[in-house]
Amino acid sequence: MSNTIKQPIEPPIAGPAGKLIVWVDQRFPLMSLWNEHLAQYYAPKNFNFWYYFGSLAMLVLVMQIVTGIFLTMNYKPDAKYAFASVEYIMRDVSFGWLIRYMHSTGASMFFLVVYLHMMRGLMYGSYRKPRELLWIFGCMIYLALMAEAFFGYLLPWGQMSYWGAQVIINLFAAVPIIGEDLAIWIRGDFNIGDATLNRFFAFHVIALPLVLLGLVAAHIMALHEVGSNNPDGVEIKKDLDPKTGTPRDGIPFHPYYTVKDIVGVVVFLAIFSAIVFFAPEMGGYFLEKPNFEQADPLQTPAHIAPVWYFTPFYAMLRAVPSFLGSQFWGVAVMGAATLILFVLPWLDRGKVRSIRYRGPLYKRFLASFVVSFLILGYLGVVPTTVWGQVPHAIPVIGGIDTATIVSRILTAVYFAFFLLMPWYTKKDIPNEKPEPTRVTY
Amino acid sequence: MKTTDRSFLTAFCVSLGLLASGSVLAAGGGDVHLDSANINLHDQGSLQRGAKAFITNCLNCHSAQFMRWGHLTKIGLTEDQIKANLMFNPDTKFSDYMTTALNAKDAQAWLGKMPPDLTLVARVRGSDWIYTYLRAYYVDPASPSGWNNEVFPNVGMPHVLHDLQGSMTKAVVGEKESHGKKEPVTKLVMERKGSMTTQEYDMYVRDLVNYMTFMGEPVRIKRTQIGVVVMLFLALAFFAALIVKREYWKDVK
Repeated sequence: MSNTIKQPIEPPIAGPAGKLIVWVDQRFPLMSLWNEHLAQYYAPKNFNFWYYFGSLAMLVLVMQIVTGIFLTMNYKPDAKYAFASVEYIMRDVSFGWLIRYMHSTGASMFFLVVYLHMMRGLMYGSYRKPRELLWIFGCMIYLALMAEAFFGYLLPWGQMSYWGAQVIINLFAAVPIIGEDLAIWIRGDFNIGDATLNRFFAFHVIALPLVLLGLVAAHIMALHEVGSNNPDGVEIKKDLDPKTGTPRDGIPFHPYYTVKDIVGVVVFLAIFSAIVFFAPEMGGYFLEKPNFEQADPLQTPAHIAPVWYFTPFYAMLRAVPSFLGSQFWGVAVMGAATLILFVLPWLDRGKVRSIRYRGPLYKRFLASFVVSFLILGYLGVVPTTVWGQVPHAIPVIGGIDTATIVSRILTAVYFAFFLLMPWYTKKDIPNEKPEPTRVTY
Repeated sequence: MKTTDRSFLTAFCVSLGLLASGSVLAAGGGDVHLDSANINLHDQGSLQRGAKAFITNCLNCHSAQFMRWGHLTKIGLTEDQIKANLMFNPDTKFSDYMTTALNAKDAQAWLGKMPPDLTLVARVRGSDWIYTYLRAYYVDPASPSGWNNEVFPNVGMPHVLHDLQGSMTKAVVGEKESHGKKEPVTKLVMERKGSMTTQEYDMYVRDLVNYMTFMGEPVRIKRTQIGVVVMLFLALAFFAALIVKREYWKDVK
């Protein structure tokens, strides 16, 4: 865009490769991109365990795209052949089983990594000014990822694919007035069928991957604009080295964090491979047992449970009693539980960012939030009868299963973390510890 | 100042562990106690005997529509052996799937429904379930087929292997207290002996279940073998990556 002719750079390496780089850089912002995002992107030097999950999420995204491409070569998005084509991949395609297990394990690991990545954001206040937009892009990635996983889960056309999709699409039917038509519009039929499978395939392999890639690009651009937060929540750009003009507590992402992230990648791949090669079903949590049975619209499975990464929200859905003859309230609560993440940056009134310097109230609320999310995740997996019923002496509305009552309390705790945040973070300010001027390393 | 997030991480891992163990317990909970099939996918003799048992007993009515005859070479058989000893229909090709001679129309007329495909049944139900199920048939005059099953109540399939196992009946052997009510304690007892002893029949079913488990995922042995190599490679890669990281990070102060 500049009006002056770009001067050739000094070859960064000797030989013909160096000359090629100079040639390309004359015509494409190669070195400036490289420097801006890697070699001269200064990241705080005190990243800990929690900071591996961003790069790991990128790794899993790439793995899902690559394995997905190869699966598409043999998968048939047709209600008649879908299930058989998956078994064909598992048995007759060379290393098809490996590609499929990598993809199915990748789906679960994607969520695991993203949940840990979000947890990091909560602990160290990474959503705080000036990183609000970075956080919002992240929330959008999370929503797109949930949609991507949901569409993909129908494709094997197993019993749980079919009935899981049935449950989720019926949620839309609970929307007042337009609900029934909305559900038919989503399915493309009165029942989940070939039309549904075809459109879910289109969304899963084209639409949402494009959205995801775009959002990930925006997420990284926003990150590199504002710079990374760190476990101390200290803004490293406030303390520049007068000689170099770079942050004193920062180190170039490349090579320091590239070599560090490779260690993380290898450890992650070890865990990932242990699952793929030795326990691809992960005890029925990554590949649910009923899904080895072809979809049968006439036979409902005894117990329908979504895959584990959706279960905290599923537990909330089940916990909300129907009100005024409508199930819509549960759907609304479930939707609100994901959307409330977006406003988090404006709910927090604390002065410090990191949990290291926060007051006791924030720590307690965050801890109860995490515990309630985990227990809700468990309760979404099991039937509501798992903990028996409450004694008849206790008056409750709509359902007397203990697990339902507990789910309601935990749903309240989940929302309290957000809704009470303006209050407790402000009240915590006198009890916050002073933030240091430099990061602790 | 690192203590807060350290303790948070510890608490996080501990609660995750507790939750995972809780989920495993919940997932394993069934109504009926299942006997361990104790199968061994490396025992090719057992797999071959199981294949024979499957083809002679099950394939008449059930299909294995995702399993090719040719994949039986994975249990140590040659193409000639498979063709000579296991493929009874001369029109069947070696690359064909294991379909059943029973057609859907006859099945509807004779049995009321098409018997389910068995390729993946070991992955749906589990090996222990099939092992226990095939040993839990008993004579029940109230049932249309004359048979019932402890593991699968009101099962549609009659006891196909009764010539081998013999026939059992359900006998009341005592009483127990349950939720304040007295319930009879029942036990299956052998009424008429079959051609096999109990031990022989258990071994026969074990071989059959071994084969069915193999059939559910023929690549399983290869998968774990490759897995060992991958894990060893990653272990080496870990140390290499760690050395490189430490070298670079020496100058970070």
